[in-house]
Amino acid sequence: MPTVSVGRDRLFAALGRTYTQEEFKALCFEFGIELDDVTTEKAIIRKEKHLEDDGEVDDDDEVIYKIEVAANRYDLLCLEGLARALRVFTGTEGSPVFQVSSIPRGSILQMHVKPETSKIRPYVVCAVLRGVAFDEARYNSFIDLQDKLHQNICRKRTLVAIGTHDLDTLQGPFSYEALPPHEINFVPLKQNSPVYPVIYDSNRTVLSLPPIINGAHSAITLATRNIFIECTATDLTKANIVLNTMVTMFSEYCETKFEVEPVEVVHYDGRKTVYPDLSCYKMDVSLYDILGPIGISQDEKQVVCPLNKMQLQAESHSLKGEPRISVSVPPTRSDILHARDLLEDIAIAYGFNNVPKSKPKCMTIGGRQPLNRFSDKIHAEVARGGYMEVLTFILFSHEENFDMLNRADDKSKAVIIANPRTSEFEVVRTSLMSCLLKTLKHNIDHPRPIKIFEVGDVVMLDSSRDVGASNNRRLAALYCNMVSGFEAYANLIKLSRKLWDWWILDSIVKVVRAPHVNFGENYYVPTDEPEFFPKRQCKIVTSDGKQVGYLGIVHAEVLRKFGIPDPCTFVEMDLEALL
Amino acid sequence: MAEKSPAADVEAGLLAHLNSADEVPDSRSFASSLGVSHLELKGVIKSLSAFRIVESTDIIKETWVLTEEAKGYAAKGSPEAQLVAAIPPEGASKDALKAKLGDAFDVGMKAAARNKWIGFDKGNKDLVLRKVESVKDELQEQLRRLENGEAVPDRVIDDLKRRKLITKEKSIWHSLKKGPEFVLKRKTLATDVTTEHLRSGDWKDLEFKDYNYGAQGQPIAKGYVQPLMEVREAIENIFIMMGFTEMPTNNFVESSFWNFDALFQPQQHPARDSHDTFFLKAPATTQQLPDDYLEKVKQVHQSGGYGSKGYVYDWKRDEAEKNLLRTHTTAVSTRMLYKLAQEKPFAPKRYYSIDRVFRNEAVDRTHLAEFHHIEGLICDYGLTLGDLIGVLEDFLSSLGMSKLRFKPAYNPYTEPSMEIFSYHDGLKKWVEVGNSGMFRPEMLLPMGLPEGVNVIAWGLSLERPTMILYGIDNIRDLFGPKVDFNLIKSNPLCRLGL
Repeated sequence: MPTVSVGRDRLFAALGRTYTQEEFKALCFEFGIELDDVTTEKAIIRKEKHLEDDGEVDDDDEVIYKIEVAANRYDLLCLEGLARALRVFTGTEGSPVFQVSSIPRGSILQMHVKPETSKIRPYVVCAVLRGVAFDEARYNSFIDLQDKLHQNICRKRTLVAIGTHDLDTLQGPFSYEALPPHEINFVPLKQNSPVYPVIYDSNRTVLSLPPIINGAHSAITLATRNIFIECTATDLTKANIVLNTMVTMFSEYCETKFEVEPVEVVHYDGRKTVYPDLSCYKMDVSLYDILGPIGISQDEKQVVCPLNKMQLQAESHSLKGEPRISVSVPPTRSDILHARDLLEDIAIAYGFNNVPKSKPKCMTIGGRQPLNRFSDKIHAEVARGGYMEVLTFILFSHEENFDMLNRADDKSKAVIIANPRTSEFEVVRTSLMSCLLKTLKHNIDHPRPIKIFEVGDVVMLDSSRDVGASNNRRLAALYCNMVSGFEAYANLIKLSRKLWDWWILDSIVKVVRAPHVNFGENYYVPTDEPEFFPKRQCKIVTSDGKQVGYLGIVHAEVLRKFGIPDPCTFVEMDLEALL
Repeated sequence: MAEKSPAADVEAGLLAHLNSADEVPDSRSFASSLGVSHLELKGVIKSLSAFRIVESTDIIKETWVLTEEAKGYAAKGSPEAQLVAAIPPEGASKDALKAKLGDAFDVGMKAAARNKWIGFDKGNKDLVLRKVESVKDELQEQLRRLENGEAVPDRVIDDLKRRKLITKEKSIWHSLKKGPEFVLKRKTLATDVTTEHLRSGDWKDLEFKDYNYGAQGQPIAKGYVQPLMEVREAIENIFIMMGFTEMPTNNFVESSFWNFDALFQPQQHPARDSHDTFFLKAPATTQQLPDDYLEKVKQVHQSGGYGSKGYVYDWKRDEAEKNLLRTHTTAVSTRMLYKLAQEKPFAPKRYYSIDRVFRNEAVDRTHLAEFHHIEGLICDYGLTLGDLIGVLEDFLSSLGMSKLRFKPAYNPYTEPSMEIFSYHDGLKKWVEVGNSGMFRPEMLLPMGLPEGVNVIAWGLSLERPTMILYGIDNIRDLFGPKVDFNLIKSNPLCRLGL
């Protein structure tokens, strides 16, 4: 969610009244924005320079409100828009009506688009603000809004880049071109393209090299009166939203308030389009459709006011006896896509917390996934056996999942992360062994014996699945003592006919027996895996020969790599095979 | 059954005496009357006093007692008397006398000479002669008197003290009478119930020795459940009570299509950035997507439909095929709703899941790269925002959050979207609990769900309410390999839903 910093006193001046912090918080909550932080200019600078807060409170220091706004409300990214929305919401002001000034056909400013631009950044939209009265605060807000738009909807200028210019330093018509680098005086960094976009005026003055550089020649200053705005883009819809946001916010300071001068974009194929398009998007919806899903009943007159409070011009009418609402969505509200969005605005204006509570009427029967229920039963069985449950992460470093277990990565099993932030998140675990050893290491001073277990999923590459990977539910248990688990159960081993035994495992094997899950007399079959000591390991197989698990005394090298000084016995079982 | 022991006899003797005589004025003399040491009697008195069978009053007296040297003199006579007695009528040599008297010789010579009981032969200075017929041994007499506890003049005491023949000693003995719990024969206290007690019927007469209830027992070997999993179970039970069916969430790898596109989340949405989502190198892309449905999803993004303007951008299949680790369990909900839409006729559903999700975020005290999502949704004709608020109240009050309020929020796939806040009595503030909303028509209608069917849904993390519940302020103390075993062992039962 974007955060907008505004001076508290300026905000209150724009709102025409002051609020206590609590009152303002409550207003934000109701409207759906959030007062995230209250700070001062000096505190922000201190923080940026990583200086200690000296606790000095300067009365002259302006209080800054940091306000979090919805990610699709670009019209709230500056003080002008925020204050306007709140004024309309609290009913102190009506919604503004934006107008494109009527210019005689011949004197409209033009932007000529050259064909090469289609190879790199095909769209440009423009507008002019006339007679703008800047002061320092307004000017800063104007710059900040461009920055906020660049950071959010423009996706760091990849989708849209804004250029704002002092029109009085330039001479139209303008041209939007894309030239090979050697034909441009300077070349922007970090682009790899045979051509680069550039905007010229009729004197071949470079306005900007989108998306990064704006020319110094036409840079706007506090004294600028007439502003030429161009937005170059790879996404025309967003270019229009960005341009509209800029002009609807700052036409407030124009000589003729809320009036914007158009620019004609002349495409190389002859198409001519006038921007900005400040027309309202018309919607016509049935009253029932927008009130029914909220669960409130109001007549058509009653919903007009809440819609107006959200800057949506609404009128009621009826069609074949059915009450309907026609709504004009202004260019500031690009977030309104569907009648459902109107519904939300009505609900917000009505107050979420005023909506009468009701209960869904459908009768359904609860239930669980068989695999999860089965996992819980095994989990309980192992916990009853005196083991402590741990809960570990699924993401590991490549080293932890393979090398530290003496295992090699044959590239056929593990899901690999493409963009790990750190080495901790390189692979998705293919076994729970590292998990338990790592957990043991962090509790290495705990009194012995340590008996821990986890029931959880590993993920394996699996070409039979649409996504190419599938989870597998596992049980893993680890026993750590001064002597290995086998010694600890010496008495039981004597009772057993087998050479060695691990009682928790025998207990599991006993409880999972079912008509379709059979184990023969000898379900332990010796193995030779590198993570265990030789001759101290085996796999567990069902009577039809399927491997459902493995166990052994963890190899000394593995213990050393995990930093564990005492012998450990580890077992892992595939629970899905036993379900 | 009483053990047969000397102490038992002493006890029996003492109780019998008290029974008839009511009191024992002096435990020392009583001990000698029984023929046992005072120490032995003392043990019995202590035990009987503890049970208030006898009442004992201490008698403390300081007495002079003879040193070991003095005890010898009291028995054999003073050194000077011994010396005189040792000299035959013809006299004896010093050496012979020394051999006879040993240590007493030197002292005896000096004292006897002072008393003029002996003399020396004029010719032979070595020959000691006896000058008196018999001597009166006063020292022996005085020592004997002291030994018997008889009075001795202070002057004598001072003299004996000077000669280091007596020392002062504090003696404690007791006067005894019947205590409030007096019995002639007391019962033996049992420490445990044995098979023998039950078999023989002795249990009827058993009286138990007091336990030390404050003592620490030995830790026992038992199993433990991870606290987070215990909370998960409690929440699961609440869902099931409310008629919710669990969704199969065991698929951590998901395509961007099911994780984002199908949820009407545009392809340029910040959540789809690589610094928020774990994308995969292997398997990098999804091979199969339902083509009919995919086409509808593409259309609604690109040009709208179903009453929507759409986002109006160039939707790319490549982007949808990119695999990732699911960022929310809503990816599963989407698959389930799509499946439900294919089933005719439509039947309402309540679904839930609690499972892991993944975010490519920096890890800190409150954020992990993987955590658990709790998600609930209801799908039926005519569901309302009021229904959502109602069901959230039912669900969250079972989790101990009964004071709720809702804040408008933004989420690409829900409209309206509400952030849920709950008032926490302990923290004395409103705490954000989770998110909720109604799924957008642009998400539901392309699936083929009938017009008029709404989905109300909510989600929260499992970790945050658990941290608040147990007062844990670092998420890594609750989840992951660094969790302290002692926390798992000592965490109280989860009482949610009780």
